[in-house]
Amino acid sequence: MSSIDKQLIQRQMGKRTFQNKLLKALFFMCIVFSILVLGVLIIRVITQGFTHLDWDFLTSFASRFPEEAGFKAAIVGSLWLMVIVAPVSIFLGVGTAIYLEEYAKDNRFTRFIQMNISNLAGVPSVVFGLLGLTFFVRLMEMGRSIMAGGLTLSLLILPIIVVAAQEAIRSVPNDQYEASFAMGASKWQTVRRIVLPSAIPGILTGSILALSRAIGETAPLLMIGALTFIAYLPENVWDGFTVMPIQIFNWTGRPQEEFHLVAASGILVLLFLLIIMNSIAIYIRNKFSKRY
Amino acid sequence: MKSTRELIQEKQSNKNIGSIMEKVIPIVLLMTAIISVLTTIGIVITLLVETVTFFQRVSIVEFFTSTEWYPFYEADPSYGVLSLIAGTLLITAIAMVVAIPIGLGAALYLSEYATERVRQIVKPILEVLAGIPTIVYGFFALTFVTPLIKNLYFSDLSIFNALSGGIVVGIMIIPMVASLSEDAMRAVPNHIREGAFAMGATRLEVALKVVLPGALSGVISSFVLAISRAIGETMIVAVAAGSTPKFTADPTESIQTMTAYIVQVSLGDAGYGSTIYYSIYAVGMTLFMFTLLMNLLSQYISRKFREEY
Amino acid sequence: MAQAQQTAVKHDAIYSVNQFNLWYGQDHALKDVTFDIPQNQVTAIIGPSGCGKSTFIKSLNRMVEMVPVVKMAGSINYKNKNIFDPKYQVEELRTNVGMVFQKPNPFPKSIYENVVYGPKIHGIKDKQTLDSIVEKSLKSAALWDEVKDRLHENAFGLSGGQQQRLCIARSLAIEPDVILMDEPTSALDPISTLKIEELVQSLKEEYSIVIVTHNMQQAARISDKTAFFLNGEVIEYDDTNQLFSNPSDQRTEDYITGRFG
Repeated sequence: MSSIDKQLIQRQMGKRTFQNKLLKALFFMCIVFSILVLGVLIIRVITQGFTHLDWDFLTSFASRFPEEAGFKAAIVGSLWLMVIVAPVSIFLGVGTAIYLEEYAKDNRFTRFIQMNISNLAGVPSVVFGLLGLTFFVRLMEMGRSIMAGGLTLSLLILPIIVVAAQEAIRSVPNDQYEASFAMGASKWQTVRRIVLPSAIPGILTGSILALSRAIGETAPLLMIGALTFIAYLPENVWDGFTVMPIQIFNWTGRPQEEFHLVAASGILVLLFLLIIMNSIAIYIRNKFSKRY
Repeated sequence: MKSTRELIQEKQSNKNIGSIMEKVIPIVLLMTAIISVLTTIGIVITLLVETVTFFQRVSIVEFFTSTEWYPFYEADPSYGVLSLIAGTLLITAIAMVVAIPIGLGAALYLSEYATERVRQIVKPILEVLAGIPTIVYGFFALTFVTPLIKNLYFSDLSIFNALSGGIVVGIMIIPMVASLSEDAMRAVPNHIREGAFAMGATRLEVALKVVLPGALSGVISSFVLAISRAIGETMIVAVAAGSTPKFTADPTESIQTMTAYIVQVSLGDAGYGSTIYYSIYAVGMTLFMFTLLMNLLSQYISRKFREEY
Repeated sequence: MAQAQQTAVKHDAIYSVNQFNLWYGQDHALKDVTFDIPQNQVTAIIGPSGCGKSTFIKSLNRMVEMVPVVKMAGSINYKNKNIFDPKYQVEELRTNVGMVFQKPNPFPKSIYENVVYGPKIHGIKDKQTLDSIVEKSLKSAALWDEVKDRLHENAFGLSGGQQQRLCIARSLAIEPDVILMDEPTSALDPISTLKIEELVQSLKEEYSIVIVTHNMQQAARISDKTAFFLNGEVIEYDDTNQLFSNPSDQRTEDYITGRFG
């Protein structure tokens, strides 16, 4: 006598394959849902945003009247901010990554720095805002300037750049180091002439993605007091400023429906810029992905 | 003509500059690495010092036990952070109800069912979702999700409410849960799946009984990270969830989270040195502790319970 | 060992290795290695995998120090100076001692830039000098005719054998005294291997060459001296002809007749 009931197994089989199909469909719906949300969000922004998106919108200052409101100060402010954030965060991030990958000994101090970086990545952006407010705005007396905002955001995106740069450096194969050292090259010569050139595509991709995070960041800049209404363009890094997300926040918070349409126009401009930045990052990643 | 060797010998004198560089560069690089440590120290000191000042003015017992948060009520302000914590947790709970099942489902599909082609299409879409600034999600919550829910289900939903804020925070976090969980699932080696398939298991049974348990530490740690993200999320709730601190679990009401309070104060004219000014640091400290705890917990889970293959 | 020294034709030693020991952590990889490497000769290092031959050749230009847990005792003298002396400049040693690796490892740069890498890091910037170095090195590496029209193309476009000859040209560019070759043909096809072997023969006019090989025929074809390594020890070191035709140690005979390894 067989201890296995073949008939029972047959009956079970139908149920099991049905379950499989059902859950597969359900899992797939999860993906469809995400895509749907993205689609709705984009369509909404486009249909609402195009009502106000014209040349005047891009070249006018903010206004009390929705039909006259413009995005100029915010666009210029965001670009000014990048003048600080890009060099500072890339210099610090890549420097940290080179140190950790090439120079640091495997000891507790190094592990501490590494752990510290991964924890910094999880600190909410408002907390960085509090740091910026206390340290840069008040203690260093930078005021509510582009400099203070730029340095705050640089620290915020620093962990992202460090991790990306570390990965890029780690992907340089060992035989490249060997070849260079065997020629009598020093450590720094090897890093500068062999490692960095090979790692630059990865570093660039990570940096651009980090910068696009910074461009969309609102809360820490609100905290350090970036203004929500300015009718002038900053002339240097010590001037007050506003940025695109803050202007959008301001318009979204108005009770008049009309301003929501203006906000959508601002979002369109912001998303357009982000798409360009992301495309560049993806292009660099794909173009240089297959080496060695 | 001189030989290369002789030329190199001649250049040896230049080596001094080079050897100075060899000593200076590592120090400069070490400095940059120390900046990140200083940032952490800066955050902790900033929060600590200003929080201490705050507690010199407001009783720490009141702060942690009272459920009344009326800092702007000048005659008799009260600072009970519990209502802000309640608001934060309400948002987080709603967000998790959205993000965990959908993120996990998406991860299971991508890891266990999807063809390479589907993955190549879906992964970038998830990346785009993850890259959308939170202010845009806030706008979406206020101008689309709230009216939608109001028209479909609760006609008495207030314009600012925890529900739509929480849902949209959840949507924002889906890509993170999906991609971290999927990474963990794909780390489960194929031969383990093959063992189960060879016994006649369906894909579902392999996914739920073999892959999911094998990837559990990574999956759980992605949930914990997601909670941390939801707690720290600012702009969506500042725009859509309101600014009325309430000790409530009713998602249709307007509430206020810790982050939204901090934003509200920075927008206002609370002068430097006022109690309200210091209160944002006390709230910030509370927020920081919550997220730090979650981040450490997530690291602990993924390290402690990692499956070694 | 002793009688081997007597039968050898006298050449000045460029390296003299004395009681050299090396450990990777607990693992004793080289044990009391003692022998001289002659100038302007080809010295082959043979032995089964894991015998320490690769570790040994990497000790000769201190590349072995790239492994963090390495410990050493004894001495290796290069031109009568101990290279492990704390005052010894490792960059200077590696400028005088070139190395070619198992797998061709050109830089992801142009052919030209690959060759001038060494001269440039040592401070030579003059364009004309660099041009002539490139031509001379590529000619010595028997690659010039194949690449002279595409010097500025990426080196990754070359075939494996060409890449390896480029790596040889790259190390020749700084005119070293010694060239270390760590199984330089193990990743190459037979025709490319033949070209490298011919190249090694012609290079010994000007350079002292140490070559690690797992291929005994290759050692027999191209080397003047051969050292047989087993489990980190030098079992036998002698003129190549002597060692292959009349080994003095049973283990050497077992190895070269293919009984193990």
